[in-house]
Amino acid sequence: LLGAGGGNDIQWCFSQVKGAVDDDVAEDKLLSELQYRKLKTGMRTAAKSGLSLSENKTQSHSRGEYNVYSTFQSHEPEFDYLKSLEIEEKINKIRWLPQKNAAQFLLSTNDKTIKLWKISERDKRPEGYNLKEEDGRYRDPTTVTTLRVPVFRPMDLMVEASPRRIFANAHTYHINSISINSDYETYLSADDLRINLWHLEITDRSFNIVDIKPANMEELTEVITAAEFHPNSCNTFVYSSSKGTIRLCDMRASALCDRHSKLFEEPEDPSNRSFFSEIISSISDVKFSHSGRYMMTRDYLSVKIWDLNMENRPVETYQVHEYLRSKLCSLYENDCIFDKFECCWNGSDIVMTGSYNNFFRMFDRNTKRDITLEASRENNKPRTVLKPRKVCASGKRKKDEISVDSLDFNKKILHTAWHPKENIIAVATTNNLYIFQDKMN
Amino acid sequence: MFVRGLKRKCIDGEEDIEGTLAGIKAIPSYNLQRQSLLDMSLVKLQLCHMLVEPNLCRSVLIANTVRQIQEEMTQDGTWQMINTQSTGQTSLDRLVSTDILCRSSREQAEGKQVPGYSNFNKDFEDDQTQDSSETMSTASSVQAPRNLQSNVWEMENPQENRGNFQKSLDQIFETLENKSPNSVEDLFSEVDNSYYDLDTMLTGMMSNTKMGHCDGLETFSSPATTTSNSNCKSDLNELDHIVEILVES
Repeated sequence: LLGAGGGNDIQWCFSQVKGAVDDDVAEDKLLSELQYRKLKTGMRTAAKSGLSLSENKTQSHSRGEYNVYSTFQSHEPEFDYLKSLEIEEKINKIRWLPQKNAAQFLLSTNDKTIKLWKISERDKRPEGYNLKEEDGRYRDPTTVTTLRVPVFRPMDLMVEASPRRIFANAHTYHINSISINSDYETYLSADDLRINLWHLEITDRSFNIVDIKPANMEELTEVITAAEFHPNSCNTFVYSSSKGTIRLCDMRASALCDRHSKLFEEPEDPSNRSFFSEIISSISDVKFSHSGRYMMTRDYLSVKIWDLNMENRPVETYQVHEYLRSKLCSLYENDCIFDKFECCWNGSDIVMTGSYNNFFRMFDRNTKRDITLEASRENNKPRTVLKPRKVCASGKRKKDEISVDSLDFNKKILHTAWHPKENIIAVATTNNLYIFQDKMN
Repeated sequence: MFVRGLKRKCIDGEEDIEGTLAGIKAIPSYNLQRQSLLDMSLVKLQLCHMLVEPNLCRSVLIANTVRQIQEEMTQDGTWQMINTQSTGQTSLDRLVSTDILCRSSREQAEGKQVPGYSNFNKDFEDDQTQDSSETMSTASSVQAPRNLQSNVWEMENPQENRGNFQKSLDQIFETLENKSPNSVEDLFSEVDNSYYDLDTMLTGMMSNTKMGHCDGLETFSSPATTTSNSNCKSDLNELDHIVEILVES
């Protein structure tokens, strides 16, 4: 599927870019999250301060463009009086709910509070009231001489976002994940030390299902980094840690799932051991495949695919940017080693993740091929096929290769998303959103 | 500039170090590289403290790294024996730099005034006047207060303890705020800078897109096993203490 040529290969083309042109952008416009809506054509991006929806205005046979559909402020900055500190409005995660009726629902969270938003469209309005004018003023009753039935007439599309639930005060530490259960009634939220289970209808109560806070905080050596519900089993979820482990828990086993059902951990490679081993093993993202048979984890240098039936090692490991292994000290110095990259699936076959220098990588599990592409404004023309990029790790640099020392570590792609049905991907750089599509034949 | 692929040899590491030092002065030994990594980590932790709500995951990872380094250094005895080399002065600085957070709370517990960073500077100057023969005894005396202070923790009400820590931390923050950014540099001014550029390191922490000067440090490898001993334990207590402050503040 991947490659620059060939009959069945995807040829990725630039489609669109949204966001500021210059690199210097206000802090509050930084992209912090990216999610495709399941089974629909919409896509949503969360900017640091607000929340912005982009909807694909598809006509029946053409690949539509993504335009901004709705922008609203999801969270406001708050002040925690007890700790005397400000809680940022920056959105950490958003998750769509499956659509039940005409309206769409999504959960968005900042460090402390989760909100359920209802997004509804209005594209018609009733006209022809008997007692009211079009602008709403009441008519003089003496002028009413006929009776008519109001009818719906089309109007300009209006998108309304209204907060439906606010789930607050359940997290002492910073929320890093939310995940909706396959029962579509409950969801989990995870912070550094605890995971809570909520019912979407109930905001004043949540159940604590994982608590790894030690009695003595001096003994703290490990934190929760991500959590996700299994896509099919509503009693199963996983959470990853800063030590590179993933624990699978069954909520039927006990109320507090401190004892894992399965522990996924790869033994350390002694030849690669260094003082940075633990940091680079810290898992920044965990995602189940659509079938639920596999899960993917992202650590600093690699993407690993795990079979849920095998705990002692992953079934596949893909190196994202192995050339950085010799630079770990510098990356520790400039804090890049703590960057949290996400990863995403295309079904169960291709996985995608970001890197530095605005590069992003795709790995095809079937053909074992991989490709590196760049999100940059230089390939600005639509339908321009993206040229594969290559980083020269050492030795003589070939033409068109980039040496490791020339990489821009400020340009990082942390969030990527794949359209659930089509070969359209969204890639978020620091302050721009890029859409790429498969070149249509 | 830095030696790549420098692997640590367990037994004859010291001979290598001396040989290296006697050789090209610009190439740092494994111990010095490890030392500068420790310094960098401690500065990061201290900078974490300046944030009101530090990123817990990052703090834990850095603290674990510091713990690993100190465990290894304790294991090969370099923790106390660094002073036998020409960089004897720097060893005490390390001991003091981790002790600062512990000392302020201990003295708080004993009813003394919290020293803050102004006193830290003073201690620094005092240390420099000592010659290497005295550093051994000083090192062990610094060890002793740490043991005392761990006993103090056990005796005290942990809740109260944290309150004291918070107060002492606040005072540290205050003194830090009043000083210019260069003061952090001054704290380490006696460190032999010929092997790395602290300026680059500190500014690098803020916003550095390029590689720093520590390419040689990437080639670390540490022994797979660590054994604990009583010295290790007291060092771990300090680290536990640092982590506790991090998570409670």
